[in-house]
Amino acid sequence: MKPVLWALATLTVGLLAGLLGLLVLRGAGDLSWGFLLGMPAAAGRAGGIWPVLVSTALLVGGALLAVLPLGVGTALYLAEYAQDGRLVRLIRTLIEALAGVPSILFGLFGFSLFVVRLGWGWSLAAGSLTLALMLLPTVIRTAEEAVLAVPRDLREGALALGATRWETLRRVVIREAAPGILTGAVLALGRALGETAAVLLTAGSDLGLPASPLDPGRSLSVHLYILATEGLSEGRAYASALALVTAVLAVNLTANLALERWRRP
Amino acid sequence: MTDLWGRLRREAAVRAVLLLCALGASAAVLLIAFFVVAEGWPALGALPGARWDPEEGHFGVQAMVWGSLAVTGGALLLAVPAGVGMALFLTEVAPPSLALVVRPLLQSLAGVPSVVYGFVGLQVLVPAIRRALGGPGFSVLAGACVLAVMILPTIAAIAEDALRAVPVAYREGAVALGATQWQVVRRILLPAARSGLITAVVLGLGRALGETMAVMMVTGNVAAPPGSILDPVRTLTGNIAMEMGYAVGRHREALFASGALLLAMVMALNAAARRVGR
Repeated sequence: MKPVLWALATLTVGLLAGLLGLLVLRGAGDLSWGFLLGMPAAAGRAGGIWPVLVSTALLVGGALLAVLPLGVGTALYLAEYAQDGRLVRLIRTLIEALAGVPSILFGLFGFSLFVVRLGWGWSLAAGSLTLALMLLPTVIRTAEEAVLAVPRDLREGALALGATRWETLRRVVIREAAPGILTGAVLALGRALGETAAVLLTAGSDLGLPASPLDPGRSLSVHLYILATEGLSEGRAYASALALVTAVLAVNLTANLALERWRRP
Repeated sequence: MTDLWGRLRREAAVRAVLLLCALGASAAVLLIAFFVVAEGWPALGALPGARWDPEEGHFGVQAMVWGSLAVTGGALLLAVPAGVGMALFLTEVAPPSLALVVRPLLQSLAGVPSVVYGFVGLQVLVPAIRRALGGPGFSVLAGACVLAVMILPTIAAIAEDALRAVPVAYREGAVALGATQWQVVRRILLPAARSGLITAVVLGLGRALGETMAVMMVTGNVAAPPGSILDPVRTLTGNIAMEMGYAVGRHREALFASGALLLAMVMALNAAARRVGR
């Protein structure tokens, strides 16, 4: 049994190494500042990906702005106010169910509500709000964990000094839990960066530089999809894939290191 | 600090706002289900047909259901033994210091965006299958391989938790009776961790069914039931992602209806996983 398991583990780690190695080998040549900061030419066959990076940043930033208040508010309610009962169990079940919804369905929903019914068309705003819903379960889970990890004595000390529950939360609990909450946000950021299907259906794939939230935009993941499947430029596709993977892994690594540190100080 | 009434009013207001947040967050999944079902409702009746030909008004998704099941089933055949094996490696075989390194590496596989898997599959796997096994390369097999890598970390992580939850006394008892390591694993650990392992498989299945980009990029997207694992197929998710951009009228309704079908399948699986896990 042992040799088989060793071989399997080697294969799995080798797979990751091979994947990254391939992207670096084929993509590093085309990945330059000129590529990152340049305007695209000939539908992405040449030139850079500057508008794509701007759209990606706006999409993901907008999603975080939307999801953080709602997610942290929910986490505070569940961790601090909710008493175990039927309503709270229902809320938890529904949030857990949201975590299991495939991303393409978020895309369908966002398309139906934001793009069509509200008449925004394919737009950064529609993409951001759709992404925000996708990230909601992650943000709630990590924020609740962070809030629950705040030592009881801190809370009791504040309450004993006559603070109301909200004053305790605002001045003590949220401050203590902030690193954990931020870590959750970074984790969510990593997921948002890589999401493709839902963004394609809601933000579109326009290669222009967006000027307003109601403009469409092409995220880096969608750009990679289009370069890859339309066979526009293999070199640019590898460079985009390398940029995307580097960004996502860097973000995830940061979050995980922070999480480790924060879980056992 | 002096205005007690003001502070208490604020307390009540905050409580109400936070409750609203929680209610809003839990309404999200209902809202999604409602919109997808409502948009797809008029076309639900057309789904059971065998023919998908939007131009001619045929919206049967049988071929796509078979496509999704074939790719997902293949992925599970590969990923379940590998995922449980990785869990056994991390719990039973690897020295703890090595496990500390391998675990995050394994989990980074889960962080790689699905479109990147699709791209690498398109560049490496599809031509390799075409050369080695014949056929177009875009195939059930390619989709299953890519999906297997994507769900491997999920299965391994849940399986590892399940294996760790087996009481040490079970293992010690077996070892004391002279069982070999393999006998301990097969007769004690795996049966004792069964419900956790089943949860891992069902959750992996749910993820695989809903995965879109990677599968769509390597399966060739031919809307016909596959005859062999080297045939191209189209999955439910791929069908939606490919055609949503330009679909109108009944065609669009049919895509929403197939989304509703997918949602029902995934929700049923997740509910089953929760029940088993309990």
